[in-house]
Amino acid sequence: MFDCGMHMGYTDSRRYPDFSLISNTGDFDNALTCVVVTHFHLDHIGALPYFTEVCGYKGPIYMTYPTKALAPLMLEDYRKNMDRRGEDEQFTSDHITECMKKVIPVDLKQTVQVDKDLQIRAYYAGHVIGAAMFYAKVGDAAMVYTGDYNMTPDRHLGAAQIDRLQLDLVITESTYATTIRDSRYGREREFLKAVHTCIAAGGKVLIPTFALGRAQELCILLEDYWERMNLKVPIYFSAGLTIQANMYYKMLINWTSQKIKETYATRNAFDFKNVRNFDRSLINAPGPCVLFATPGMIVGGFSLEVFMQWAPSEMNLVTLPGYCVAGTIGHKLMSGKPTKIDLDKDTQIDVRCQIHQLSFSPHTDAKGIMDLVKFLSPKHAILVHGEKPKMATLKERIQSELGIPCYCPANNETVTVPSTHYVKADASETFIRSCLNPNFKFSTYSSVDKSYLDSKYSKAASGLQVSDERVAEGILVVEKGKKAKVIHQDELLLMLGDKKHEVQFAYCFPMHTERLQKTRTEELPSADTLLCDLDKCTLINQLSMKLSNELSDANILDLGEQLQVESFRVSICSKNSCPHRLSHSVHNDSESVFLCCHWSLRDEKLAWKIISIMKSSSPHTT
Amino acid sequence: MKFTCLSKGGGFHFSPCHMLNVSGFRILLDCPLDLSSLALFSPVPVAHQAHESLDTDSVIRKKQKIEKTLDANDLVHAEPWYKTVKNLHLWDASFIDVVLISSPMGMLGLPFLTRTRDFSAKIYVTEASARIGQLLMEDLVSMHMELRQFYGPEDSCFPQWMRWEELEVLPSELRKIALGKDCEELGAWMPLYSAVDVKDCMRKVQTLKYAEEACYNGTLIVKAFSSGLEIGTCNWTINGPKKNIAYISSSIFVSMHAMDFDFLGLRGNDLIIYSDFSSLDKNMENDDTYFDPVTSSSGRDDVSNLEEMAASLLKDDESAEEIEKLVFICACALDSVRVGGSVLVPIDRLGVVLCLLEQMSLLLESSSLKVPIYIISSVAEELLAFTNIIPEWVCKQRQEKLFSGEPLFAHVKLIKERKIHVFPAVHSPELLTNWQEPCVVFCPNWSLRLGPVVHLLRHWCSDPNSLLVLESGVDADIALLPFKPMAMKVLQCSFLSGLSLQKVQPLLKILQPKLVLFPKDLSCKIQISEANMIFLFSENETLRIPSSKESTDIDIATDLASKFRWKTFKQETITRLEGELFMDHGKHRLLSGFQPANSKQQRPLVHWGSPDVKVLLTELSKMGISGTIKQVTDDAKSEDDAKSENAAAIIDIHDPEKALIDVRETDHIKISIQIIHGREFILYT
Repeated sequence: MFDCGMHMGYTDSRRYPDFSLISNTGDFDNALTCVVVTHFHLDHIGALPYFTEVCGYKGPIYMTYPTKALAPLMLEDYRKNMDRRGEDEQFTSDHITECMKKVIPVDLKQTVQVDKDLQIRAYYAGHVIGAAMFYAKVGDAAMVYTGDYNMTPDRHLGAAQIDRLQLDLVITESTYATTIRDSRYGREREFLKAVHTCIAAGGKVLIPTFALGRAQELCILLEDYWERMNLKVPIYFSAGLTIQANMYYKMLINWTSQKIKETYATRNAFDFKNVRNFDRSLINAPGPCVLFATPGMIVGGFSLEVFMQWAPSEMNLVTLPGYCVAGTIGHKLMSGKPTKIDLDKDTQIDVRCQIHQLSFSPHTDAKGIMDLVKFLSPKHAILVHGEKPKMATLKERIQSELGIPCYCPANNETVTVPSTHYVKADASETFIRSCLNPNFKFSTYSSVDKSYLDSKYSKAASGLQVSDERVAEGILVVEKGKKAKVIHQDELLLMLGDKKHEVQFAYCFPMHTERLQKTRTEELPSADTLLCDLDKCTLINQLSMKLSNELSDANILDLGEQLQVESFRVSICSKNSCPHRLSHSVHNDSESVFLCCHWSLRDEKLAWKIISIMKSSSPHTT
Repeated sequence: MKFTCLSKGGGFHFSPCHMLNVSGFRILLDCPLDLSSLALFSPVPVAHQAHESLDTDSVIRKKQKIEKTLDANDLVHAEPWYKTVKNLHLWDASFIDVVLISSPMGMLGLPFLTRTRDFSAKIYVTEASARIGQLLMEDLVSMHMELRQFYGPEDSCFPQWMRWEELEVLPSELRKIALGKDCEELGAWMPLYSAVDVKDCMRKVQTLKYAEEACYNGTLIVKAFSSGLEIGTCNWTINGPKKNIAYISSSIFVSMHAMDFDFLGLRGNDLIIYSDFSSLDKNMENDDTYFDPVTSSSGRDDVSNLEEMAASLLKDDESAEEIEKLVFICACALDSVRVGGSVLVPIDRLGVVLCLLEQMSLLLESSSLKVPIYIISSVAEELLAFTNIIPEWVCKQRQEKLFSGEPLFAHVKLIKERKIHVFPAVHSPELLTNWQEPCVVFCPNWSLRLGPVVHLLRHWCSDPNSLLVLESGVDADIALLPFKPMAMKVLQCSFLSGLSLQKVQPLLKILQPKLVLFPKDLSCKIQISEANMIFLFSENETLRIPSSKESTDIDIATDLASKFRWKTFKQETITRLEGELFMDHGKHRLLSGFQPANSKQQRPLVHWGSPDVKVLLTELSKMGISGTIKQVTDDAKSEDDAKSENAAAIIDIHDPEKALIDVRETDHIKISIQIIHGREFILYT
């Protein structure tokens, strides 16, 4: 099972996945080999403690080191918020601890043998620290589940990285299925400018965010800016949580981008200089400041508390993440420019502050998705984690542009995808060795192959064709109760315990020398009617010339007394009674000469063609 | 497969080195430096006196080889050279295809190799080993540079001390270091590589994570598995199309710092190369207090269950013993500090140092003594910072620290609290302003010839209250020669640096290899029950290991296989192959590929079997061709014909035309045809 998240928009049982689809009886341990969690965002891990502690899954759970380290913070934060909102608690703090104990941490690219058949491997996904794409392989069937990923590096994380793999299936996120984003630097400048203008005017900046990921990214951005502009305005982190999170980030610096990674020895980039802890008394303290407050999207908690205080002043600024779930205050602020927000029946907030929307996102855009799918070129693709109409558009693009069958199943829908299978065979040493050396056969194209008419192949269609005979020299032998064996063709007879035999044809036929003489006199004026040894050669020579006229592409070898074309050999028969001669041979006069031909089966057609050519040059055909 | 042990190494700092030929590729396993031979050279401070005392008297005395006790003047007073693996230079570096490095110590000699012309091998190192190894090399270069400032630049490429007449007058102990036992190791000496060489070398290194698959040339898959010896050290598995090999270097089941020995990852390999020589070093030190004789492990044989056995391997309390050692060292240090002496710890084992730092500061804190701990090394700061950002490479208990948000090693906190001070060099200004005695100093190098240790040892060697903590394996007599007379206390301590012999047998039982390559030197100390599957190796001897598999596995894609046209015989079904053969990740794969349409017709038919003339005749008559068998042929006299009835025969065909079919024992059928008008003969045999 890939990921075990929850829906942020629901507060009832719909927020959890329908686990009954895995097993009706609740026997999850037998139904699942393992659970793989790609990263610590709640929509990917939120239901995990519920699944393990309440539903009772006891099998292995895999996630990367940073995910294992940071997930409990995330889950605890969420649980507290649930608590605060007075929802019925689905899992307790102990549940989270117990659940995390079952997690087996993995490193990137580490190949983990889960059981006899299943192998999994994590690849760097960008997105948030520790986010991973997971490769899974069972037998010959292989797939990649991307989780959330980012194809462009951001302030603190690198871009997603994966090997070229042979895959039957790629399941990719599609948050931005149709969006193409431009460079993030412009957007970052916009954000910094907005912040700077606000604090320069003495205003306060509220950045509601989750403790992990976005907070660190923006903080690196601000630290850098503060240093460059020599600003002294304090940056606060609301709870101890974010400070604690920085501790983790420092140890996990190897999971960040190359540039940040290199700072570990001198000054760890997550050792923020200007960052201080915030406490409530500072809310209404005079002077400008920047405050990171949890939770993001202003769903409640401290960020809401501060928002209520700061919103009524025009001097202040609230920056919102690129995406807010419907129903949150963040969502209300983003849709239109409200001047008043109703918190509940009795409370109303005056909103006069400026609103800035952060438009950079840790998700890949449509181009990134297309790039990844194209790079991996799986046999099938499935889109998840997106909005239905946009996914349909992307699905069409993948199918038409990349020619990969693509699906975007709805919740609870099952898609069946065929997987690769291989037949195992033993290959002999000779075959493998012969395959190591190229064995090209050259032949000319007689007909133009229509399927290769289009594009670049059209040129190759008329000309020399090169084929490699290496594989075709192999023979697959299957015997009952034995493993299939691949051998080289030369080994076949040895293996069958039989001897090879050749089928040879022989044909001895007369040819009138008169006719020959005639032709000879035409070409060679100094004629001799007697057939001596020297004359045989001349005769053969003549035949050779004749043949080379008729058969332009055959390789005719003139060996003096005999003529050879492939396996076809012709010579003048000196025997009185050749067994291959017509028994009722009519002409016995000295004028005619016998030509004795031998050839093997494979050149049968060629042989008859040559014979007919030779016969056509003699007066009698029978 | 061929295997040659180039060197069995010596101790923790000098790993064994082997050459392996597998699937046509030449693989070098480790490329260490023998830093213990630095003992031959004199550290700088005595060099000056030496020149004065080099009068004719002493030369004559030396020439006459009057045996006397060694003194500092006997050492070589020159810019030190470094001893590489003695047999490695006999091999052409350009023919090496792959280099596998299993520990940071195993890569110290690598720049010598990578700077040779035409060197093109792929070098695989674990990420952590590469980083630590690089820092060790950089430190070595910087320490050497410091030393060189005293000697000035070398004027010739062939140093004075290497001349034969100079070598001859060396005392026998030192001559053994210079020339080796058999006087053949002089060629192994090299002047040290430069910082540029190190940088160059690191660029050629491909780093891996534990259990990451690296595919060389599509044929070999190499994977590193934790060996537990040190942070980043590993054992290797090499999987080729016909061989599955596991290489076991010095390993420790349960470590206090590095990730445990991942022996389960080595399962499923046919061949195991056992290259943990650590128990050999142990036995040489008879005065080693921690040495326990190898006892028969018969009691453990009845553990049949593999999982139980694996658990029992991990359970053994070697790590507890290691902690005791650390506590003992700290207690000795505390005693020294109490009486106003300082403690010098020139130990260069990262894991041990990190654990010792934790123990030491804990003990100092509880004793309420305000004694500073100094770490002096050009790379210490980076090394210490590095050890705290690699949770993926440390032992389970320390990984738990990550998950609870604490630093992996306590030194982070201690540095912040200014209980530990880190300086790049003895002469750094911060050190001079902070210096306070008594103190505890950790610094390189364990050979006592290079680095800050030389200065500090000169400083304290006459103080009877001070304490020097040495690793065992260092020849203390020669090592301390330049610092004599020593009033300082010396504590020599051995640390666990490999598998104990009684664990070898259960380990092999779990791994179940078909073949084991085992060091000859160790074989007498251990009984391995399956004696027939063991090959013993010794230095510079090439072993040929027969291939265990006759044939190679080939995977045929099912969609391709379903298109094959089969021919069925009495027992076998055969088909000619199609498609394209790929070699990927050590696997031969036959996938459907582009097939030219006309290629099939060109292929000649192959006929076999002994043709039965009667059957042939009936088949022919079915087609409307009639004939008679004429048994007698030209070759009728030959004995073969008499034996087999239908081997030689001539069939006369009368209808529709005249023809002759000649079947002979020489395995061919000759058909004489009078006229056939485009008719094809189909022969059934």
